[in-house]
Amino acid sequence: MSTTDVTPVLQARGLVKRYGHVTAIDGADFDLLPGEVLAVIGDNGAGKTSLIKALTGAITPDEGEIRLNGEPIRFTGPQSARQHGIETVYQDLAVAASMDIASNMFLGRELRRPGLLGSALRMLDKKRMRQEAAAHMADLKIGLRSLTQPVETLSGGQRQAVAVARSVAWAKSVVVMDEPTAALGVKESGQVLDLIRRVRDKGMPVVLISHNMPHVFEIADRIHIHRLGRREALIKPSDYSMAEVVAIMTGALRVSDDGGTVVADAGAAEAAGVSTH
Amino acid sequence: MLRRNRTTFASIGFTALATVSALTLTACGSGAQGGSGDDGVKVGLITKTDTNPFFVKMKEGAEQAAKDNGVELVSAAGKFDGDNAGQVTAIENMVNSGVKGILITPNDSKAIVPALEKARAKGVLIIALDSPTDPQDATDALFATDNVKAGELIGQYAKAAMAGKEAKIATLDLAPGVAVGVQRHQGFLKGFGVAEGDIACMQDTGGDQAKGQTAMENCLQKSPDINVVYTINEPAALGAYTALKAKGLEKKVLVVSVDGGCTGTKAVKEGKIAATSQQYPLQMASQGVKAVADFAKNGKKASGYTDTGVTLITDAAKTGVDSKDTAYGLEKCWG
Amino acid sequence: MTATPLPYDQLKGPTTVRRLLTTPTTGPLVALLLACVFFSLTTEQFLSGGNFSLIVQQVMVVGTLAIGQTLIILTAGIDLSCGAVMAFGSIVIAKTAAEGGLPPLVAVALGLAVCAGFGLVNGLLVQLIPLPPFIVTLGMLNVAFALTHIYSAEQTITNLPGPLTALGETFPLGNTDITYGSLVTIALFLVFAYALSSTSWGRHVYALGNSPEAARLNGIRTSRLTIGLYTLAGAVYGIAALLLISRTGVGDPQAGQTDNLDSITAVVLGGTSLFGGRGAVLGTFIGVLIVGVFRNGLQLMGVASIYQTLITGVLVILAVTVDQISRKKAR
Repeated sequence: MSTTDVTPVLQARGLVKRYGHVTAIDGADFDLLPGEVLAVIGDNGAGKTSLIKALTGAITPDEGEIRLNGEPIRFTGPQSARQHGIETVYQDLAVAASMDIASNMFLGRELRRPGLLGSALRMLDKKRMRQEAAAHMADLKIGLRSLTQPVETLSGGQRQAVAVARSVAWAKSVVVMDEPTAALGVKESGQVLDLIRRVRDKGMPVVLISHNMPHVFEIADRIHIHRLGRREALIKPSDYSMAEVVAIMTGALRVSDDGGTVVADAGAAEAAGVSTH
Repeated sequence: MLRRNRTTFASIGFTALATVSALTLTACGSGAQGGSGDDGVKVGLITKTDTNPFFVKMKEGAEQAAKDNGVELVSAAGKFDGDNAGQVTAIENMVNSGVKGILITPNDSKAIVPALEKARAKGVLIIALDSPTDPQDATDALFATDNVKAGELIGQYAKAAMAGKEAKIATLDLAPGVAVGVQRHQGFLKGFGVAEGDIACMQDTGGDQAKGQTAMENCLQKSPDINVVYTINEPAALGAYTALKAKGLEKKVLVVSVDGGCTGTKAVKEGKIAATSQQYPLQMASQGVKAVADFAKNGKKASGYTDTGVTLITDAAKTGVDSKDTAYGLEKCWG
Repeated sequence: MTATPLPYDQLKGPTTVRRLLTTPTTGPLVALLLACVFFSLTTEQFLSGGNFSLIVQQVMVVGTLAIGQTLIILTAGIDLSCGAVMAFGSIVIAKTAAEGGLPPLVAVALGLAVCAGFGLVNGLLVQLIPLPPFIVTLGMLNVAFALTHIYSAEQTITNLPGPLTALGETFPLGNTDITYGSLVTIALFLVFAYALSSTSWGRHVYALGNSPEAARLNGIRTSRLTIGLYTLAGAVYGIAALLLISRTGVGDPQAGQTDNLDSITAVVLGGTSLFGGRGAVLGTFIGVLIVGVFRNGLQLMGVASIYQTLITGVLVILAVTVDQISRKKAR
């Protein structure tokens, strides 16, 4: 997989976003290739949330360009990003707890009955929504007892699965997942990582924001390391150790132009467990 | 599964608890209402509220009279002063339960009329207690204090007490457009022999002590030389007294009132209020119950207006004005 | 690490029995039925078509208010202004028709518009400033109360034109007299029950009540939805104003002073959660009937009215306790 001969699904160049004196995004680049899981990592305050918000339409950058499948694009809000096929799984999942799984999958995009019932009485087609939701869940091999049980009766992992399934069902281009394993135990994290793999195997590229290095190294095809409002490095997990990635993230190491690393702060690098010799 | 079952238990729990509490409370309620007659004649009593001591006394009189006349009393009240809808509902329910007659102190003299007319159309005897409806003939009869006379008595007393001194008068009234308040106010002016324009300060208090105090404070700001204060009832009078005392004026200003509640009568005894016109809610109710019992017995409907009496209560009697002392007042007082 | 997917099983809807047992409306419904059985056994007059018709007629005003209140509470809001807004609406209708010479229909339309206007202002303040619904509607309660008394000059308005009280008229059904207004209330309940359960709008209302943020992230225009809900609730209060006039036959400036709390009571008794997103408008209908049945039944038994208040209080506490417990268990 090379960055030169494939058109990135989602690409950004020189994004800038300022809030008064604070620069949240400082000339950031971004590249997501077809069919890959791209992990976005960065220290707290590095600005990865702002970057993701810009890419999903939640904020509008002051400068820079975003391209979707090679075409320049401007999102006016999360809704417009969704219309362009970019779906986000938010950290708090954005599910309505008391509503059932099928209702959540179709929230904001409900299906109406055909004919007069739908057009005049605006009647929902509950059965079809349930069937389609079931098909999507089956597609991703998510097993649940009943699609009519309220989301609040599900475990954390099951809720995550519902949120992922919803995004995948509607995404045409990209699924962005914000810390999907943050609140989960070991077993459920494993299930969610499996689920992400299945999403990728369907050909859907995934942007994965995570703090969990083992998870990132387990699942990511490439890692976008964000630091001080811009992309510090874009690497393959096979080329670097976890300790080196952490050191790059904190500024102790720098990636040199030839793909090697340069020690920027020996003390910090040592502390991060990277040999500086 | 577990969660579902818990919700189910919660539902069942709600139902069970609701039922048990309802049964328990109903049992208490029935107990409290015990001692009803056997011949099945029911009399309804609907008061303005069931918290005001005036209506508590009225209910007491009705209960006693129900026992004496061998009839059953059912009672209801509005939720707040002015609650017409609650009284309408009570009338409907009572008519449905087969009462022979309803005694009512209307919260809204006009708004209650359609409901009363419906009840009368079904042959129920309707007697207004304490305050008339508008029009007055919307009820069969009215048993009430003559509020004009009550005001007049207290006006005459105040005039005599001033003994020719120049009077600067404040009136602490009820609320605009409420008949009782207007009648007492007019009666007072008539008894004192002054015109509306001669009043130094007029304020509405809603018959409330705190508002009475505020009103008096404001009146004193306006005319510091006020020396006669007429009040719609004793709570307002006591409010006025507090305001006067704060200015050290309580000995110099004559406070008079209308109503005759026990707290008020005590205040007369203590000298906080110079005199009050006492009315008799117990009389209204017991005469009302008797009228319904008579109607049940011989089909004769009470009609017209019956004055249930008013007495001037004071320990500083003035010649030329009939009055009784506070010992008498405390014996007859309500609340 | 390869975790096995959770056992995959059937995707059927819940059985009718299970659904019945788990809806929050079931408890109140059973309580209502038991109360009816109890009063039927203890009083002679309770069990009759006429008495049931009477009960529905007695709850139609608060019931209609409670529909609007349900909409607000489903969004985790609360509306303290409903009774006062209704009172003002009823005075506007009564006064413009009886004294201002407006044709009754125009007067009614004006009253509805005024009430909807109050709702709109509530909604704008709650959504756009934003301010807590409790405070906004508390303020609006006072505004509407004061306007009612100023505009009516404390006078009850009588001699209303016939059409204004037409909904208070009855028609015979068998040997029971049914009030037209009761039918209006029941129809409103059915319309809102349908809209909330079977349209996108209804789904969005529930989603909004669950989590405004989640609703927004799913592309629901929450701001518009909220403002619309408050406005719609206001319009429903306007219908309640007309029912109030038709029931009492007068324009009464003192009306509705406890109706805000009474409507909240009905909503809560009906199993709708004060925390939003859970409940049903038909539950509210049951809630309002519970209040009406207890009031009527106890009156027929000759129990003093203060005990009705006591029982209502106990029931409300029970209902919110059940709500809280089942919410905790569900998490």
